[in-house]
Amino acid sequence: MELLCPAGNLPALRTAIENGADAVYVGLKDDTNARHFAGLNFTDKKLAEAARYLHQHRRKLHVAINTFAHPDGMTRWQRAIDVAAQNGADALILADIATLEYAATRYPQVERHLSVQASATNLEAIRFYHRHFNLHRVVLPRVLSIHQVKQLARSTPVPLEVFAFGSLCIMAEGRCYLSSWLTGESPNSAGACSPAKFVRWQQTPKGMESRLNEVLIDRYAPDESAGYPTLCKGRYQVDDSCYHVLEEPTSLNTLALLPELLRAGVASVKIEGRQRSPAYVAQVARVWRQAIDRCMAQPEQFAVAPQWMQSLGELAEGTQTTLGAYHREWQ
Amino acid sequence: MQYSLGPVLWYWPASELESFYQQAANSSADIVCLGEAVCSKRRATTYPGWMTLVRELAASGKQVVLSTLALLQSPSELKELQRYVENGEFLIEANDFGTVNMAAERRLPFVAGPTLNVYNVDTLQLLVKEGMTRWCLPVEMSRDWLRLLMQQCEERGLRQRFEIELLAYGHLPLALSARCFTARSENRAKDACETCCINYPTGRPVKSQEGQQVFVLNGIQTLSGYCYNLGNDLLSMQNLIDIVRLSPQDASTLQMIDRFRANEQGQAPLMVAQGNDCNGYWRKVAGMTLAS
Repeated sequence: MELLCPAGNLPALRTAIENGADAVYVGLKDDTNARHFAGLNFTDKKLAEAARYLHQHRRKLHVAINTFAHPDGMTRWQRAIDVAAQNGADALILADIATLEYAATRYPQVERHLSVQASATNLEAIRFYHRHFNLHRVVLPRVLSIHQVKQLARSTPVPLEVFAFGSLCIMAEGRCYLSSWLTGESPNSAGACSPAKFVRWQQTPKGMESRLNEVLIDRYAPDESAGYPTLCKGRYQVDDSCYHVLEEPTSLNTLALLPELLRAGVASVKIEGRQRSPAYVAQVARVWRQAIDRCMAQPEQFAVAPQWMQSLGELAEGTQTTLGAYHREWQ
Repeated sequence: MQYSLGPVLWYWPASELESFYQQAANSSADIVCLGEAVCSKRRATTYPGWMTLVRELAASGKQVVLSTLALLQSPSELKELQRYVENGEFLIEANDFGTVNMAAERRLPFVAGPTLNVYNVDTLQLLVKEGMTRWCLPVEMSRDWLRLLMQQCEERGLRQRFEIELLAYGHLPLALSARCFTARSENRAKDACETCCINYPTGRPVKSQEGQQVFVLNGIQTLSGYCYNLGNDLLSMQNLIDIVRLSPQDASTLQMIDRFRANEQGQAPLMVAQGNDCNGYWRKVAGMTLAS
C-alpha cells in the first residue's frame, strides 16, 4: 500500500520523503490544478528538480492537472501535460476528458490516474474512463461508505486510491458548484473553492464575522477561534436553529480503517493538503508511515495508537477528526 | 425555441406527482423530462409508476425523457438504473458517466444531463461518438463560454449533431453528498431518515445569520438559495440554445413556461427581485447575482 503525500513546494516534498512517503503529488503554478493558490505550486524548473529528487530516492511524482479545460485555454492544459510528462512525472492526475485524451495519445507511457474531480463513484463510471483512456488508478470521491469502497474494490478493473487524512470535502467532488454560486469561481473552472480573494473577516459588536463575497458564512463568539470561511462549513439558520447545516470544521481521519483498506486491496492512501506547511506534511507523513508499516506487518493485531490520533488531531481543522462518509453514521 | 420541464428534484408523494404530470400534459411544454434524479431511497414512485407517467405524457403528445440518478454509489443502484436504461421505448438522461457507459455499450442514444462535467469541445466530441443526442449545460456555464464552445463545435462539424438545452428556471442543483442534509436538519441519521424530505415539497431554506437565503436543502442535494430566472435573457439565447428547461418548483412552474414564451422577443418582461431571483451564471458573474 502506497502512502501518497501532498506538496505545495520543494521543502514540503523533501520533508514528505524524509518522513516516509512513497510518492508525492504536486501541481503547477496556474489554474490547471484544483489548488490554485497564491504562493503555492511548482514552476517548470522546480518540477524537474522535484522529479530528480524523487527518482534519486526511488519515489514517485504525481502531477495533478485536474481542472476542466476552458474553450479559450486548451493550450494551457496541454502545456501543463507536456511540462509534467517531459520533466519526469510518473503519473498524471486528470479529471477532464480533454486532458485524458491528450495525455493518453501523447504520453501513453505516463500513468493516468483519474482525479477525484472526475467524480467516478461506481463501477460503470470507472469502466467508462478505463475503456477510453486505459487508466492506472482511480481516486475515489469522499462520498462512499467503507462497505461501498470494499464492494468497488472487488470488481474494479483499475486499482483504487482513497483519501486517508486531511480537509474533508463533503460533496461529490467535481460536481459541487457552491463556490461559483457565491463567488463565480469553482474548483472545476478556477481551481479553487471559496477563493481567498473573496474572504473578509471583520470584528463587529456581534462578534468576529467571516464573509465570502459579502455573504455571512459564520459569526464567532469571543471564546471561539475564527476559521476560514469555506462555505460548506459555515453556521446558517434552518427555521429557528443556527448550526453547521452542512458540516462542522473537521478533518477526515481514516487510521482506524487501515486494516480494512489494506484487506480490500486499496493501492494507495492519499493525504490531502498541498496548501499545508512542510511541518504539517512531516507530521502527518510520519504518523501514517508508522501506521501503514505496523498494519502491513500484523494486520490482525493492528490497533490505532493514541499518540497517532493525538498527533493528527492537533493538525486537524477545528482540532477534530471524523471518518466522514466511510462511516454510515456520519451520512 | 422549445421548452422542457426538468425532473422534479423534490420528493413528492405519488398522488401529487401524478396530479402535477396530468397538468403538465396540458401545459405548453414540448418536452417533459422525469424520473428520480436525487436519491435512491425515495420509493414513493418506482419503475412501474414512472413508466405509467411516461407513457401517459407521451400519449398526450409530449416528447418524454427518463431522467436518472446523479450520484450512483452501489451495485444495487446500478442494477436498478439498468432497468431505466433498457426501458426499450424512451430516451434517457444520463447524469453520471456510469449511465453514459451503460447507454453507450448498448448503443442507445442519451441526453447528457447537467451534472456531467462537460466543459469543452473534446468532451462533446467523445459524447457524440458515444451516442449523445442532446446536451444540457452544467449550471455554472456562462453564455460567453458556450458561445466560444459552439464556434469550436461548428469548426469540427459537431454543431448539428446534438441539441443544446439550458436549465433556465428554478432553484439550481449545486451539489450532491453522501450525507442527507434534510435528515441532519431533523437530527436524524441517514439510515433512519424515514425519507423525511417528503415533508418539504419545495426543500428546506437555509439562511445566513443575517437572514439572506443562501441555499435550499433537498435530501443529499444542495440547491441555490435564489431562483434562477433567465426569462429576461431569452433574446441572448437565440442561435445558441435549442431547448429552454424549467425545473419544476411547484405547479406554478407550468404557467411560467407560458410567460417565458410570451417574452421570447423581450415583449413581456418578467418581474424579478433582488434577494429572490438570480441570473449570474449566464452573465458570467457569481451565480447568485441578479444583473440587469
